[in-house]
Amino acid sequence: MLDNQKIRSQFPFFKHTESVYLDNGATTQKPQNVIDAITEFYTCHNANVHRGVSEFASNTTALYEQARTKLAQFCQVDAEQIVWTKGATEAINLVASSIDAHIEKDDVIIISSLEHHANIVPWQTLCKRTGATLHILPIDANGVLNLDVSLAMINTLKPKLMAISHASNTLGNILPIQSLLDAAHAINAITLVDGAQAMQHLRPNIRALNCDFYVLSAHKMFGPTGVGALIAKPHSLSLLSTYQTGGEMIERVSFNESSFRQGNARFEAGTPNIAGVIGFSAALDFMGSSEMATQLAVEKALYQYTLNALKQIDGIKIYGDLNNNIGTISFNYKDEHNLDVATLLDQAGIIVRSGNHCTQPLINLLGVAGTIRVSLSCYNNVDDIDRFIVALKQAIELLD
Amino acid sequence: MTEQYQRLKQQFIAKKAWQDKYREIMLLGKQLPKLPAELKVDHAKVNGCESNVWLYVDFDESEKHIVVTADSDTRIVKGLIYIISTLVNGLTVDEIKRINIQTEFNELGLLQHLSPSRGNGILAIADAITQFAIQTDD
Repeated sequence: MLDNQKIRSQFPFFKHTESVYLDNGATTQKPQNVIDAITEFYTCHNANVHRGVSEFASNTTALYEQARTKLAQFCQVDAEQIVWTKGATEAINLVASSIDAHIEKDDVIIISSLEHHANIVPWQTLCKRTGATLHILPIDANGVLNLDVSLAMINTLKPKLMAISHASNTLGNILPIQSLLDAAHAINAITLVDGAQAMQHLRPNIRALNCDFYVLSAHKMFGPTGVGALIAKPHSLSLLSTYQTGGEMIERVSFNESSFRQGNARFEAGTPNIAGVIGFSAALDFMGSSEMATQLAVEKALYQYTLNALKQIDGIKIYGDLNNNIGTISFNYKDEHNLDVATLLDQAGIIVRSGNHCTQPLINLLGVAGTIRVSLSCYNNVDDIDRFIVALKQAIELLD
Repeated sequence: MTEQYQRLKQQFIAKKAWQDKYREIMLLGKQLPKLPAELKVDHAKVNGCESNVWLYVDFDESEKHIVVTADSDTRIVKGLIYIISTLVNGLTVDEIKRINIQTEFNELGLLQHLSPSRGNGILAIADAITQFAIQTDD
């Protein structure tokens, strides 16, 4: 198994706790350079962006815009394609609440069965406003997207818009998004990909994906909470009406009329989360570091190790596509309630997630009350998994 | 506090290892009377639980004490409900107001179940009992 001690040692969280952290789908821990960047910003540089002539103001603006360039390079898009938001959820809401002009009564909007609530409810709300109908791409009994039926649905229903996740937060499945996007583009649908889970593990080339919108959250990429991005094709941004007004996005204001800036600036009203963006910039440095080059191999090996260990325990049922996965495992033990198992794991210092994972429709389709979810990241190691398995066996002993 | 609860508390505190505590919680859960299916209705559900918890808080007019009836689909929550119902059932409204469920759970080493998380609904049960006592007094 590849050694990732060098990466793990960069995360102070693990020096302060004995707990085993296996809830990376919810949020990742932060490396020292991210913590330092935020502290340094507030300690030495604090000033607002895009205003003021002071050296402080221009330095801060430069740092802030450098972060945009860095994210653009990371995703292989242009900096002008990035709108800072407070997270993936806000980015989806931005699109869903600003695209009414292009959605008509009787239009179809398509999502998948695997979506997080944040990629269901905004579209449901849009449908209520516009009279459009929401259709759901189906999954099989294990929670794997049925691609043939999905493609047929796209071809027959001809959706005006399709919003799908790149990877399921509950099951870890990587969705066949390129096939879905190609089919959707062939009928001129507007497309959005929820990359909240995928970014940490897959580092997609967003230009190559060619979707209209891609959304992400910094805190699931080793960055701070409260920062995310909407990445859009320039033409796609022009489909959206103005979302919020005031500050920053203004070109000219009189008491009679106002005009707004164009492009991504039109969607960045008010003082942004400057420290958050600068912290995210440091997280992107971390993700681009040489130690992280082997991260994906480490994660894959550890994922297989975890799967093998779980499969050897009688009564464990694992859901999802186990071959095409970002390193997230959802399981149950016999008919025991996920909360009972997770509570006993928590007592043993194992931090996992249990319940419906903000995917109630998916959990209902799987016919369970919920699952226990183990989600891995670059700093997890064999010791973490061994301790988790020991604790799980102990929990099972208590329950049996 | 009832003698039954005092006994339960003594037995529980004697168990030092969390494994023993949780084994005891799950055994206590088995003693919790099952709620009839027709009472497991949505309006009796406690909000914000990852598990299902159905709760009824009533006032026994003839005996002048509070009656808590509840059930859950998880074994640990059932046990915790049993502990709470042993603590409060059979007490008058005034007696209930003098009880601090949080303090009791702290002394039992189970305070994390009364933290404001969405996980298990025990906090919501405790709040509902306290609210009921306050309103019944009015």
